[in-house]
Amino acid sequence: MTTATVIRTKSRKPWTPSQIVLTLIGVAVSAVFVAPIAAALFTSLKSETEASEIPPHWLPEVWTVQAWKSLWQTGNVSNWFVNSLVVSVCVTTIVLAVSALAGYGFARTEFRGKSVLMGVVMAGLMISPAVLGVPLFTTVQQMGMVDTYWGMILPQCAPAAMVYILYKFFQGIPRELEEAAFIDGAGRWRVFFTIVVPLARPSLSAVGIFTFIASWNNFLWPYMVTNNPDLMTMPNGIATVMNSYGIQWAQLMAGGLMAGLPLIVVFVFFQRQIVAGVAHTGLAGQ
Amino acid sequence: MTTSAQTVIAPARARTATATATVRRKQGFQHGGWFVAPFLGLFAVFVIWPLLRGLYLSFTDANISGAGASFIGLDNYREALHDSAMWDALGHSAYFTLLVVPCITVLAFLLAMLAHHIERGKWLWRLCFFAPFLLPSTVAGNMWQWLFTQGIGLFNETFGLQTPWLTDKSYAMLAIVITTLWWTVGFSFLLYLAALQGIPDHLYEAAKLDGANAWHRMVHITLPMLRNITGLVIALQVLASLQLFDQAVVMMDFSPGPELSTRSFVQYTLEQGFTSYRVGYASAMSIIFFVIIAVVALARMWLLRNREEGGR
Repeated sequence: MTTATVIRTKSRKPWTPSQIVLTLIGVAVSAVFVAPIAAALFTSLKSETEASEIPPHWLPEVWTVQAWKSLWQTGNVSNWFVNSLVVSVCVTTIVLAVSALAGYGFARTEFRGKSVLMGVVMAGLMISPAVLGVPLFTTVQQMGMVDTYWGMILPQCAPAAMVYILYKFFQGIPRELEEAAFIDGAGRWRVFFTIVVPLARPSLSAVGIFTFIASWNNFLWPYMVTNNPDLMTMPNGIATVMNSYGIQWAQLMAGGLMAGLPLIVVFVFFQRQIVAGVAHTGLAGQ
Repeated sequence: MTTSAQTVIAPARARTATATATVRRKQGFQHGGWFVAPFLGLFAVFVIWPLLRGLYLSFTDANISGAGASFIGLDNYREALHDSAMWDALGHSAYFTLLVVPCITVLAFLLAMLAHHIERGKWLWRLCFFAPFLLPSTVAGNMWQWLFTQGIGLFNETFGLQTPWLTDKSYAMLAIVITTLWWTVGFSFLLYLAALQGIPDHLYEAAKLDGANAWHRMVHITLPMLRNITGLVIALQVLASLQLFDQAVVMMDFSPGPELSTRSFVQYTLEQGFTSYRVGYASAMSIIFFVIIAVVALARMWLLRNREEGGR
């Protein structure tokens, strides 16, 4: 794969007419895709009065960072940012740990009732907080976890899909590797930590990245389980609290970009892993 | 002489090795439960238990506090079947799904073909088409709410329109569909892109030698090779679209939209549970919704199995 890319860059093909046409189409389509984000960025750099002027215009006449400043000073944004980070990091860590263990357990160990439990987990693929919102809320309420970090975190930590993805991956690891280690006297856990986990690193990072994205962007569950603005996560706080003060568009766009930017930055750096991760998880789902 | 001895010994040794391995594997039996226990614990508390609890609550007239609920049998389900607001909400979710799924599938395929065939700047196309997917749903919703707002929004301004996107019931759902296409097509695009990269080059080279033109190559190689991924994209999109909620409520300022026209099934369920405090009734709707989703998922599995058997 890498060698192929290297060779291709070295013997770069000349600009053929069809490549020129395709590239122009690509630029046009990309412009359409980027336009809303650019519009949001430009709006966040306008003053509030300019942002709600009629007719609207794309570029600010007076460039100002006022919206960003006042958002930072008056809002709970720094709080929300920390909340988002705490929730997403905890969810990602817990999901990685429990789904790696469960995926391996289902793929490579035997225990009573395994196939029944596996069937139950598969059925769980169809259940999301959107489907179970109200009963899940009353359950969490009974446990006294409304308006707490745990209430936001734990219900996101049982993703059947991630277990299924890792289960598929672990099934593909050759048994001989493990058996050799068993013969050498290693136990189950040792084999898991020294052989299986390192082999699974690409799959684990895909699962981790997707869990992080999903958790950072999760709106519905934190929306249901928190009323306290101090506990809200980024997407949640910006959508509910900012709207309730009457919409200030420049601030709203600045806040939206603040909530969205971290993942876009992550994507720029981890593009290769994310694309491979999508490919992997996507193909594993078949 | 030695060779024949070796051939006799080798299988025997292999047999003992497998036997030892089987024993070892059996020793691992009791550990197996511990591997899956943490996940199953969370899964039982936050998925299975709420599902069972929802099933129980759906036969009661429970309110949000959970106190003083009495068993009312199938009344909630009977009421739901005659609740036109529920059917409307279900209709909106279904209508949204019918609009979004075909559009996203075609668009994702076209974008992936484009990104796959342009030789330069691959990372740039990937970034542009995928970036919206990385935005939280509320942020995407707010951006497009602003773009679509009459008067101050850039959408009408740019295209020279006067459309009341968010305040007229004939446009509101369309506005949500456009937002959703922009926001989520990136994920399916990456699935298609990965699948395109997985098609072996030699298939195309062979076809070229046989004189197949670009159109033939697409119809006879690319599309058949992408059949599985298309099935996956459609299935994931149907399940995700039926659960419409986030972007719709954000774009409509947490209202059910003009003349209730964008109220989705999830939104109606949550309204019943959290605004009208009718937890029993909302639970009945959750169970109905779970059954709908399960039917869709099972239909997909059934179709896949039939196609596999038909193919063989």
